[in-house]
Amino acid sequence: MTTKKSHKRLTLILGCGVLFMFGFCYMLIPLYELVCKKEGINGKGASSAAVIQSGMTVDHSRVIKVDFSTSLHANLKFKFIPLERHITIHPGETKLIYFYAENQTGHEITAQAVPSITPSDAAKYLKKTQCFCFTQQYFFKKEKADMPVYFFIDPSVPKEIKEITLSYTLFDASAFPKKQARVTQGRIDL
Amino acid sequence: MSEAIHHAHHSGAHDDHHHGPEKGFKRWLFTTNHKDIGTLYLVFSLIMLFVAGFMALLIRIELFEPGKVLLSPETFNQMTTMHGLIMVFGVIMPALAGFANWLIPMMIGAPDMALPRLNNWSFWLLPFAFSMLLSTLFMSGPSPDFGWTFYAPLSTTYGPQSTDFFIFSIHMMGASSILASLNIVVTIFNMRAPGMHFMKMPLFVWAWLSTGFLLLAVMPVLAGCVTMMLMDRHFHTSFFNAAGGGDPVLFQHVFWFFGHPEVYILILPGFGIISEVIPAFSRKKLFGYAAMVYATAGIAIVGFVVWMHHMFTTGAPYFAQLYFMYATMLVAVPTGIKVFNWLATIFKGSITFETPMLFALGFLVMFTIGGLSGVMLSLVPADYQYRGSYFVVAHFHYVLVTGSLFTIFAGVYYWLPKWTGRMYSETLGQFHFWLSVIGMNLTFFPMHFLGLAGMPRRIPDYAIQFTDFNQIATIGAFIFAIGQLFFLYVVIQACRHKGKRVVEDKVWEGAHGLEWTLPTPVPYHTFETAPVVH
Amino acid sequence: MRFMSKIVILLSSLFFAASAYADSIWNMPAGVTPISREVYNLHMACFYVCCVIAAIVFSVLIFSLIKYRKSKGAKAAHFHEHLSVEIAWTVVPLLILVALAIPATIVLKQIHNTDESQLTIKVTGYQWKWKYEYLDQGISYFSNLASTQKQINGDMPKNPWFLLEVDNPLVVPVNTKVKILVTSDDVVHDWWVPSLGVKQDAIPGFINENWFLITRVGTYRGQCGELCGVNHAFMPIVVKAVSQNEFNQWLSMHRTVGYRNNTHTIARAKAAIKKVTKKGVESL
Repeated sequence: MTTKKSHKRLTLILGCGVLFMFGFCYMLIPLYELVCKKEGINGKGASSAAVIQSGMTVDHSRVIKVDFSTSLHANLKFKFIPLERHITIHPGETKLIYFYAENQTGHEITAQAVPSITPSDAAKYLKKTQCFCFTQQYFFKKEKADMPVYFFIDPSVPKEIKEITLSYTLFDASAFPKKQARVTQGRIDL
Repeated sequence: MSEAIHHAHHSGAHDDHHHGPEKGFKRWLFTTNHKDIGTLYLVFSLIMLFVAGFMALLIRIELFEPGKVLLSPETFNQMTTMHGLIMVFGVIMPALAGFANWLIPMMIGAPDMALPRLNNWSFWLLPFAFSMLLSTLFMSGPSPDFGWTFYAPLSTTYGPQSTDFFIFSIHMMGASSILASLNIVVTIFNMRAPGMHFMKMPLFVWAWLSTGFLLLAVMPVLAGCVTMMLMDRHFHTSFFNAAGGGDPVLFQHVFWFFGHPEVYILILPGFGIISEVIPAFSRKKLFGYAAMVYATAGIAIVGFVVWMHHMFTTGAPYFAQLYFMYATMLVAVPTGIKVFNWLATIFKGSITFETPMLFALGFLVMFTIGGLSGVMLSLVPADYQYRGSYFVVAHFHYVLVTGSLFTIFAGVYYWLPKWTGRMYSETLGQFHFWLSVIGMNLTFFPMHFLGLAGMPRRIPDYAIQFTDFNQIATIGAFIFAIGQLFFLYVVIQACRHKGKRVVEDKVWEGAHGLEWTLPTPVPYHTFETAPVVH
Repeated sequence: MRFMSKIVILLSSLFFAASAYADSIWNMPAGVTPISREVYNLHMACFYVCCVIAAIVFSVLIFSLIKYRKSKGAKAAHFHEHLSVEIAWTVVPLLILVALAIPATIVLKQIHNTDESQLTIKVTGYQWKWKYEYLDQGISYFSNLASTQKQINGDMPKNPWFLLEVDNPLVVPVNTKVKILVTSDDVVHDWWVPSLGVKQDAIPGFINENWFLITRVGTYRGQCGELCGVNHAFMPIVVKAVSQNEFNQWLSMHRTVGYRNNTHTIARAKAAIKKVTKKGVESL
C-alpha cells in the first residue's frame, strides 16, 4: 500500500518537472536566437559583427546578385532608402554600401534598424562586419545621414544561391532605449 | 488485461464507515470526493458547452449571408475568439478531466485520487478563470478578439485592454490543468490495486497517463508564453516585437510548441473512452491491447516535435519545412493503427447499437475523415492553399466535434447509468445522436469546399460565391444545436433520478472493468479496501 | 445516347463549373502558374488516396455492422491479435505516406527557387490594405478594398466581386517570373492568391520571398489569410496579368514623383560620402 509520503515524493518530482518546463519556455528565447543566427533561419542575419576568417579567399568563379530593400514600421515618418538597389559580389569579397536616412518625424528620435535576409537558406552566409543595425541610431530633428554596412558572403555559400535580398525595417525604438554612444562609427551626416 | 478481475467485495456497501455526503452547496464547495469533483467538472463543462455553442450560433447567423447580418466585425472577432477559448479550455478539457476523476480511481481499484484536497482546488480554479474571461464581454472595450491562437503582435502591441484579463484567466486555467494532471499521474503510479500492473490497466487509464504527462510538459510553456505577452505589453520587454530585437515568429513557435501537444491532450482521453465503449458493445475484447498502448504513447511523443506544421507559410527554410512535413505525416501511422484496431474489435463481434455505441461509431467514421484531411494538410505545397482557409476549420471541427465531443457523449451515455442507477431514454439518445450527426456534417462538410474555393477563416463577411455553402452550414449548426437540447434533457433527468432503475452491476452486457463490479448506483465511497486483481 | 452524353456533360459542368464569375466552388483552382498546377495535382492525388483509404475503412465497418449484429444472431469471436495483419496495416500506410511525400518534396523545392526573376515587387501588409512597390521601376501605391460600406451593410446591392475588388490592382506582365518580397507594417498579415498558388505570411520587421509566373492574361483575386484585426475580411488582393506591351505602357503612366526625388536624394547622399571618404562609394 503506497503511503502519503510516496505521493509527496512523486508530486514533488513532477512539480519540479513543471517548473523546469516553465523555465524551458523562457530558455526557448535565447535558444531560438542561437539556432536562428547559426542556421540563418527566419532570415535573421547577425546583429553583431562577424569576424573575417584569416585566409578567406575570394571566389572569382561566380557572382551573387544582392538586392537591397528598406521598410518603415508603423508609418514611421522617415525617408530611408538604399543608395544602390543591387550589386554583384563574389563570395569572399567584402563590399561597403550605404543607406540614407532622413528624420521627418518633426522631433528627435531613436531608431532601430532590423535586418532580414531572404532566401532563408542563404541568410547565414551573408555576414556583416559593420552595420548600422548593430546599434540603435539617434537622430536629431530633421537630421540626415548616410549609414554604412560592410559585408561579405561566406565563400562556403552553396552554388544554388544566386540572389540574396538584404532588407532593413526601421523601427521607432524610443520605447527601448539602450545606453550607447550617440553617433556610430562610419555614419556620415549630410 | 481489464478482463481478469477478482469479484471484489461491493466495497461501498460493507465498509462504509462514513456518513453520506453533506447536504447543500457546502458539499460541492468543499468536497474532496473524486466522484463529486468529477460531477462538478462535467456539469461545468456542459454549461460552457451551451455558452460557447451560443456564440457559435451567433457566428453562423452572421455568416448566413455575405455582408453584415447581425454582428459588427469587432464583435464577430470576439465571438470567434471566445468560442474557441471556451470550447478548448472550458468544455473539452474539463469534461475529460471529469471523466478522469470519476473513473480512474474506480478503474484501478483506488478509494480516491492521490491528492483529494488539491483535486478540489483544481476544479474551483475553473469557474474563477472563466468568470474573469467572460467578464471581458461586459467591459467597455473589446474583449479578446485575436483568435484563440492570439498571435503577437496583434495580441501584444495591438491588443485591447481586456487582453490582460485574458492572460490571467489563461494562467488560472493552466494552473487547474497542471494540478489536475499532477494528481492523475501520481494516482495512476501510486494507487493501483495489487495485481493491477501497468499492462493490465484499462486503455482509458493509459490514455490519461499519457495526457497527464503531456499537460505537465506543455501547460507551463503556455504559461511562459502568456507571461512574455504580459511583459511585452506592460514591462517594456520585446520578446515578440522586432523593434526591440524580438520576433513575432518566435511567438508562434512558443505557442505552437504548447498548441500541438494540446490538441493531442484534447483527443487522447477520448480515444481511451472509445477503447472502453467499442469492446463493450461488440462483446469482444479490444484488439491489440499492447499496440494500442504503444500507439497512444507514440502519438503523445511524436506530438511534441511537429509544431511547425502550423507555420509553414511564415518563411521557414526548405529543410525545416521538409522535416516538419515528414514528422507530421508520421503521426498518421499510430493513429491509423488505433482506427484499425477498433475496426478489428468490431469485426466478428456481436454488435448492438445503444447510444454509446452510436456515438463511438460516429466517432470512428468522422474522426477518420478529419484525420484524412489532416494528411492533406501535412503536405507543405498543398498546405499553402489550405492554411488560413475554411479547409482547416473543417479539419479541426471534424477531429474536435465528432472526435473529442462525440467521445464525451459516448462516455456520458455509457457510464451515467452506472453512476446514477437510472437508464436514460434510448429514444432521446437516438434523437441526440442523429441530430448531432446530421447537423454536424451539414455544418462542417461544406467547409472543405469553401476552403478549397478560397474562403479565408475568421472573416465576418465573405464574397458572394461562398453564400450557398455558408447557408447550408448555418442550417446545420442550428440542427446540431437542437440535438444538444435532447442531451441536456437526458442529463437533467438522470440527475433528478428519473428514468428506469438499473440495479445490475453490469449495466451493459459486454462491459468489463473494475468499475462494473461495483453496485449500481455507485456508492459515495468505493474500493476503500483494495480489490485483488488477477 | 447523345441525349445521355448531354446529361453527363451538364451534370459534370455543374460539378466543375468555372462560371463566368468565379472558379469552381467545389475545389481548389488549378490556377495559371506552373506552381499552382503542381500544387493542384498534388492536392488531387492526395485527395484520391484519402478517398480510397476512407472507402476501404468504411466498407469494412459497414460490412461488420451489418453482418455481425447480435440481433441477427452473431456470436463474438475471440481473437485479439494477428501479427501479419498488424504489420501490414503499419507498413502499408507508411509506404503510402512516403509516396505522397516524394512529389511534395519536389514541388516544395521548386517553390523555394526564386532565382532569375525578371521583376521584383515588394508587398507590404497594412491594417487594412496592401502596398505594392515596384522596386526597380520606382512605382509605389496602396491597394484598398473598393466595395463600399453601404454594400457591406446591405443598403446597396453587392457587386459580383463584392469584397474581392480593389481600387488599384497589382499589375504584372504574363510569362514573367515575378519575385515578391512580403512584409508588414504592423501585425502579421498573409498574401494569398489561390489562382497563383501563392500564400506568404507578411511579418513586421522581416521579409519573406516567393515567386509566381502567370501564363494567362486575366484578373486573379485573393484575400488576406491571417487574422489581422477588425477589418481582416476587407483587404483583398487583385492581380491583373497583362501583355508585356500593356505592362510597359502602365509603367510609364505610373512612375511616381517619389522616384524622381530619390534620384536627387541618392546623388546628394553619394556626394556627401565622396566628400568624406575622398573615394568612390563602393570601395573598401
